[in-house]
Amino acid sequence: MDWPQILATLGIAMLLVIPTGKYICRVINGSKTCFDPVLDRIDGFIYKVSGIKQAEMDWKQYVIALLLTNLVMTLLVYLVFRMQHLLFLNPNSIKAMEPSLAFNTAISFITNTNLQDYSGEWGLSYVSQMVAITFLMFTSAATGFAAAAAFIRGMVGKSKTLGNFFVDVTRLTTRIFMPLAIIVTLILVWQGVPQTLAPNQTVTTIEGKLQDIPLGPVASLVSIKHLGTNGGGFFGGNSAHPFENPTPLTNLLQILSMLLLPTSLVYAFGLMLNDKKQAWTIFAAMALLLAMALPACYFAEKMGNPLLAKSGLSQTMGNMEGKEVRFGIAESALFTTVTTACTTGSVNNMHDSLTPLGGLTALWQMMINVVFGGKGVGFMNMMMYAILTVFLCGLMVGRTPEFLGKKIEGREIKLIAIAILVHPFVILISSMIALLTPAGLAGISNPGFHGLSQVIYQFTSAAANNGSGFEGLADNTAFWNISAGLVMFSGRYISIIALLAVVSSLAVKKAVPVSIGTFRTDNPLFMGVLCAVVIIIGALTFFPAIALGPIAEHLTLWR
Amino acid sequence: MKTFFRALRLSLILLVSCGLLYPLAMTGVSQVIFPRQAGGSIVGYQGKPVGSELLGQKFTDMRFFHGRVSAVNYNTYAKEDTVPDKDGKTAYGGVASGSANLAPSNPALMERVQQDLAEFLQTHPGVKKAEIPADLLTSSGSGLDPHISPEAARIQIPAVSRASGISTAKLEKLVSKHTKGRYLGIFGEPNVNVLKLNLEIAELLK
Repeated sequence: MDWPQILATLGIAMLLVIPTGKYICRVINGSKTCFDPVLDRIDGFIYKVSGIKQAEMDWKQYVIALLLTNLVMTLLVYLVFRMQHLLFLNPNSIKAMEPSLAFNTAISFITNTNLQDYSGEWGLSYVSQMVAITFLMFTSAATGFAAAAAFIRGMVGKSKTLGNFFVDVTRLTTRIFMPLAIIVTLILVWQGVPQTLAPNQTVTTIEGKLQDIPLGPVASLVSIKHLGTNGGGFFGGNSAHPFENPTPLTNLLQILSMLLLPTSLVYAFGLMLNDKKQAWTIFAAMALLLAMALPACYFAEKMGNPLLAKSGLSQTMGNMEGKEVRFGIAESALFTTVTTACTTGSVNNMHDSLTPLGGLTALWQMMINVVFGGKGVGFMNMMMYAILTVFLCGLMVGRTPEFLGKKIEGREIKLIAIAILVHPFVILISSMIALLTPAGLAGISNPGFHGLSQVIYQFTSAAANNGSGFEGLADNTAFWNISAGLVMFSGRYISIIALLAVVSSLAVKKAVPVSIGTFRTDNPLFMGVLCAVVIIIGALTFFPAIALGPIAEHLTLWR
Repeated sequence: MKTFFRALRLSLILLVSCGLLYPLAMTGVSQVIFPRQAGGSIVGYQGKPVGSELLGQKFTDMRFFHGRVSAVNYNTYAKEDTVPDKDGKTAYGGVASGSANLAPSNPALMERVQQDLAEFLQTHPGVKKAEIPADLLTSSGSGLDPHISPEAARIQIPAVSRASGISTAKLEKLVSKHTKGRYLGIFGEPNVNVLKLNLEIAELLK
């Protein structure tokens, strides 16, 4: 039943793309929806209280509003972490968060990364889980989605302006994230995810021992954790924890929640562009990359661990270390592939214990960072590669490249080169620093080649704003907290700024009429070339690191 | 500057609505519609709470079925485990979850599995090495996995029967009763809830 359940899940996700895409398009365009009578009032109230005028912004104003809002939110949340022992709703008497950990955690959640150097059980009070974590899960998702909305407007638009950031964040929160979160929360609670303000409970077991049962407002966090492709768990065990993901139904719901908005956004782009064929071409390229990763991960895990097989433990069930019985290999491999594609970063099995090739597929998807991606950002990255592909093809035939009827020139390509290079630069340079310093090396928990994979995985996850981890890494130290914090920060904002600058300069260009010499970007040929460009650039940049980490580990296991 | 104050005001109103109103409203609604689940699906035995049906427990008594390897010992402990030793450390460090995150190539994983394997063969005479399902001797991701595979339950039946005096036929029936199939016949894997199974055994042992 492994493939039927995987394909059924992906099939349901596909069925949701078109209706959700249509709705997203309406929300981004500001057109009417059936919820307007209620939601317009709520939005109006929010605009009034915050003094928002619904004026159009050019790209610089948009970026400044985005950065300022994120800065304010980061500071607010940092204060909450540092003062959580003084605030209300702390029934389990959690202490204040230490400064470097609070720095890391605040950046981690504002950038939609959700790398966690703490565990919820000892690290956060209920009020922090609510007003810091749950709050940022909404707003960081809305921020990324707003940036993508602005990017699409620039791409299709005829004007210099990209919309209003404050209005975008408000509308996306009240019309998309909040209603979905409420529905998903209630289904999760029905299935057994706790939602209470009561303190942890201690029971006496039938063997006469004690057991602590952790509780809290879990469901309201877990729902937005996936809808917003955030990924940070209420508990250390994340979505492997039976209180975050108790049944196969909740697992299905969480996978669908992750896929829903990133996939539908591509379709919404097609509607706004009035060119669905172009959108499906981009969609197909993303789907193809996902379709390459998924079987690789599944079969690697299904093969099991040859060392355990040698010592006599049957591996017919597959590599069960770090996995849950109710999910098995199929649901675990699917979850791992989807969570690293959609840059969610929640896990329903421990990635550190994945087989080398299983771990490699997770790592690879974060390295290329274009397969659907988190809220809007994966889409923007794919468009960046699309422009690069057009440019490369233009070079080959010696013609000025065009994309969506706009000429691609020096300024755009320079900005795109920056955006593409930032990602490997921050990953590889910071990995190098970690490997050269005792403080960095001290974090490694697994010996041999896997230790290198742990370091690279951590920074790749941070730069891709994914948030999953090879969690054996002892990362709650000043070195790891601060270095990963800086990597998450640059991974998020540099590419957003560069890409909004690109579309703003495209938006004012005169459209070039399509002629017989135009390189078509809406056919299978373009899809193939696009995938090839993504894979070649990814392989060229990361192959040495991959070879020394997961591939070397694989070769030693299967010797 | 105007933008800054707009950003601040918007942040505050979203903080209150997404961070306070939403989770509190969800808590209120959940407590009314699904009070048992919202409170952690606590199960009782003889009128007292003895665990959560969703969380695994550490069982050591041979009359009971045993769960998977847990890096956090299922948050199960004895009173003396909370008393600090002379270094100020306690055997039980407080509620936790997760696994030991051992890489497949880590020698510590081999050592742990070999040790558990030898112990299992000793306490379950008649069982062949190759028959032991992998889930029994591998650590779960959460450290709180409430389930084992049906095969992992069946292989323990002879030993549980010997220690408890309950017939193997009766135990077979109980295991089948507590085996849950895939959701809608497709999603997830068949599993047995160890705590629920053991509660029935405790009932029979009374």
